[in-house]
Amino acid sequence: MHWSSWDAFWAMGGHAFFVWMSFGALFLAIAVELVLLRLRRNRALGSIEEERELEAEN
Amino acid sequence: MNVPSRGTYSGGFAWAMARDLRLAWRHPDEIILTLAFFALVASLFPLGIGAEPQLLARIGPGVIWVGALLAAFLALPGIFAADFADGSLEQMSLSPHPPLGWAAGKIAAHWIISGLPLTLMSPLIGLQYGLTADTLLVEAVSLALGTPILSLLGGACAALALGARGGGMLLALLALPLFVPVLIFGAGAAEAQATGLAPTPHLSLLGAALIAALVGVPAAVVAAVRISVD
Amino acid sequence: MNWFYFSSPSTFYGLAGRLAPWFFALAAVTAAWGLYLGLLVAPTDAQQGEVYRVIFIHVPTAWMSMFLYFVMACYCALTLIFNTRLSAMMARAIAPTGALFTALALWTGSFWGKPTWGTYWVWDARLTSELVLLFLYFGFIALSNAFEDPRRGDRAAALLAIIGVVNLPIIYFSVQWWNTLHQGSSVSFKGTSMHVTMLTGMLVMSFSAWMYAAGAALVRVRSIILERERRAQWVRDLRGA
Repeated sequence: MHWSSWDAFWAMGGHAFFVWMSFGALFLAIAVELVLLRLRRNRALGSIEEERELEAEN
Repeated sequence: MNVPSRGTYSGGFAWAMARDLRLAWRHPDEIILTLAFFALVASLFPLGIGAEPQLLARIGPGVIWVGALLAAFLALPGIFAADFADGSLEQMSLSPHPPLGWAAGKIAAHWIISGLPLTLMSPLIGLQYGLTADTLLVEAVSLALGTPILSLLGGACAALALGARGGGMLLALLALPLFVPVLIFGAGAAEAQATGLAPTPHLSLLGAALIAALVGVPAAVVAAVRISVD
Repeated sequence: MNWFYFSSPSTFYGLAGRLAPWFFALAAVTAAWGLYLGLLVAPTDAQQGEVYRVIFIHVPTAWMSMFLYFVMACYCALTLIFNTRLSAMMARAIAPTGALFTALALWTGSFWGKPTWGTYWVWDARLTSELVLLFLYFGFIALSNAFEDPRRGDRAAALLAIIGVVNLPIIYFSVQWWNTLHQGSSVSFKGTSMHVTMLTGMLVMSFSAWMYAAGAALVRVRSIILERERRAQWVRDLRGA
């Protein structure tokens, strides 16, 4: 391991802001995309269900 | 609309260009509006940023290029929209003329009524910015080389966006990113001249891009029209 | 094996569903390894200090932004040449992830640039053409959704994507053609000047990004297939998941 302590790790040699804004953006972006993918899938399946129910009524 | 029955590339080109020029001649407001827009945009910058001569001379080459680019962009829908709306575009597609001919003719007509007047007017705007004669010349040459590229690329985008929702904003999103390299080299040439460097690298790249666009883009325009009309 | 079996949306739907979890799993494992190397193992850079570690995101996302556009354009070419539905759906599935990686490349590049070269942004060739790439992705997504008839959107956006491909060599070669701010390439086929742990971390993260993008595209295309093929019997027969 390169770091002497966890504090040193978070501090990133004084560049903490720049490093963590970058890595944070990565994690946030991936999380948001995965959520959006799930939402899109649910919406698609939901509307198919609705149409199926409408058809069953008729 | 009378599409001539002889089906040739040059015949179609000449016919389409003459037709569009004739239509523009009968309704000259488009050309006048294009030039007026150019002049208006160019006057916004000194009003907004300040009219200090040194600053104006510094930003002049770029501002003129941006103004001309925006004016040429605004004229893009006029290439195909009217013909698309009244069915003439479909008729032209069905005519014996190879579409490459008349599509190129329409783009050429667009340049003659937008890019060319803008190029000729640019020295006047340049004088307002206090640019020197050699810079004015290079600016005009760069516009003469660059605006046809804009007409070609913009024409392809206009054909793609026919009948789409989102109108002008969509067309801007499609065309302006493609315009960026042309702007960079065009304004770069004039700026190089203004700062005492040689504009030839920029102008030669622009010339090469023009040749490449003349060779490659008309086919894309034809494909785009085909997608829109089918 | 009959590869054309999977070229219909109905069969590809199932295949995509089975493959996607594997891609995500690979992405997660390699990301963990890459982040371990990049954040915990790799040494400090002599000139840039710790902030250089941003390259473990910046370079993979930048590479993927271009690669995904290229793959998308290939699917677009298939769409125009063969008039297939599924290739257009795959192109649409890739675009949002490609745009995301482009935005991340620009964002992380800004945060790397500020402490290293003193500025968040500069209009040099590579940054500008990467920004143009982001707009090309947006334009593709906007155009493909701008028509009542989705097939018209497929074909129009396909042509746009192919026209925009000319931007990729400009981004790639820009650091050679213009000697401006963005640093020259450190990695080439002839070898690299980087420390081996840094290089390994970067390559591992790039592979992870690639796997993630494949997984995301496959998941997204399943939703697109459901949306577009809703009238088909096999879709109506679907039960829940």
